[in-house]
Amino acid sequence: MKWINAIIKPFTLDDVREALADVGVQGMTVTEVKGFGRQHGHTELYRGAEYVVDFLPKLKIEIAVTDDQVERAVEAIGNAARTGKIGDGKIFVIDLEQAIRIRTQEVDADAL
Amino acid sequence: MRSKSLLALPALLPTLAVAQAATPKPDSGDTAWMLTATMLVLLMTIPGLALFYGGMVRAKNLLSVLMQCFAITALVTVLWVVYGYSVAFDTTGMAAGTTNLHSFVGGFGRAMLAGLAPGSLYNTIPEAVFVMFQMTFAIITPALIVGAIAERMKFSALLVFTGLWFTFVYLPIAHMVWSGPGSFLGDLGVLDFAGGTVVHINAGIAGLVGCLVIGKRRGYPTTPMPPHNLGYTLIGASMLWLGWFGFNAGSAVAANGSAGMAMLVTQIATAAAAIGWTVVEWITHRRPSVLGIASGAVAGLVAITPAAGTCGPGGALVLGLLSGVICFFCATRLKRYFGYDDSLDVFGVHAVAGIVGALLTGPLAAPALGGFGTVTEPGMQLWIQFKGVAFTVVYSAVLSYAIFKGIAVTMGLRVDEEQEQVGLDIALHEERAYNLS
Repeated sequence: MKWINAIIKPFTLDDVREALADVGVQGMTVTEVKGFGRQHGHTELYRGAEYVVDFLPKLKIEIAVTDDQVERAVEAIGNAARTGKIGDGKIFVIDLEQAIRIRTQEVDADAL
Repeated sequence: MRSKSLLALPALLPTLAVAQAATPKPDSGDTAWMLTATMLVLLMTIPGLALFYGGMVRAKNLLSVLMQCFAITALVTVLWVVYGYSVAFDTTGMAAGTTNLHSFVGGFGRAMLAGLAPGSLYNTIPEAVFVMFQMTFAIITPALIVGAIAERMKFSALLVFTGLWFTFVYLPIAHMVWSGPGSFLGDLGVLDFAGGTVVHINAGIAGLVGCLVIGKRRGYPTTPMPPHNLGYTLIGASMLWLGWFGFNAGSAVAANGSAGMAMLVTQIATAAAAIGWTVVEWITHRRPSVLGIASGAVAGLVAITPAAGTCGPGGALVLGLLSGVICFFCATRLKRYFGYDDSLDVFGVHAVAGIVGALLTGPLAAPALGGFGTVTEPGMQLWIQFKGVAFTVVYSAVLSYAIFKGIAVTMGLRVDEEQEQVGLDIALHEERAYNLS
């Protein structure tokens, strides 16, 4: 199993959710986050006082998938979240040791 | 204009009794307009100015600014009734052309509004309405200073400051300009229709002195301190714009042609200043901003204030454009250059636009320059205006410094470092503006 952690532009969320549903991903967690990468921030100017805003709003989506889903899920996120402009985000894939569904005590693939 | 007129009513009564048997009655049109104008000027402070300033501070200090404006409204009202109206408008001992103590400050003859009755008149309106109208001016002037010391002053110190400044700076200056024949600046021939000198230069200079005495906010200018809600600021500026018609057109103290013309030139100068600021900002900063257009409008409102009774539409256009452009450079460049922390640009907008307006009021009152005043020598009137401005600047600076410094060494002006970090809303009022979640 893998844990996929992706930072995306907020307005691409609907497309990403649909693309993941199409490849069989059953659930996801979404968090509003702020950060910067190569895009850096932007500047704001108030009566001549210039402020550099380093942290831009993004969404972090987290999903757990079985090994055979990983490639398609990563591809789905990548295609749906890509605008071609700087700041599209990143996808991280991490090994996942165990998953448990609390209600039924099912584990691993059955729990996803 | 109000400067001509505080009639000694009892002395006039016998004459009137001969001329017409009926007792003098207020003009209903004038009275209706002045009742309205009074409410408009009150609207300028609460919530107009409170929101204009409140939007510009950080979210953790919003309530402190609203509280300061609201509390000043209440405190000045009480002081105005107890002795303020008397010290500003008691004309006992004054005579045209005579300079004595009463040219500078009124007596206590009208303390507790002595002698005021429902039938008392000021020109053609009930004196009670005049008392109220003038009270709203006394309220907004110290409230304007709040912008210079925002986000770091103790609430208790602000109340003490307001009481002292109102007493020793506002009241004498108002008396010297507006109390009629025998008043120091009035007799000099200084034109100040609605309060460019009394209100805006006076408050703007006090603001500059205040921010110098109290010191910079911690972290200024390296820590970002962006406005937390420019929507509030624009709403506040819009209320100021609207309320200013009461301020300027109301200063005719009648529903007449002078009031109508004051309304027109106020609108013209405000729009011109908003455009002036925005165009220069667009060119130099590459973006037209909401804060910029709102600031420009306020600069125009301030600049036209002393001229509203005497300048023409063309003069208002010039005055507006100039004030917008000049204030843009003062608020964005001058402050950075000298490094003082006039948080919300009370000096850069109110004092500067007030001075530009007060000076140009002189020449623009001349019929030769499209004005409606009695000025025949524009250059001479400019010199008279300059003397009025210089006197007010020096008087306000010296007295404001003494008051701020006196409070600083006795009870202290500033909150401590931790309170400033947490924000004044929590630290001083144990409330927060936004409970989201």
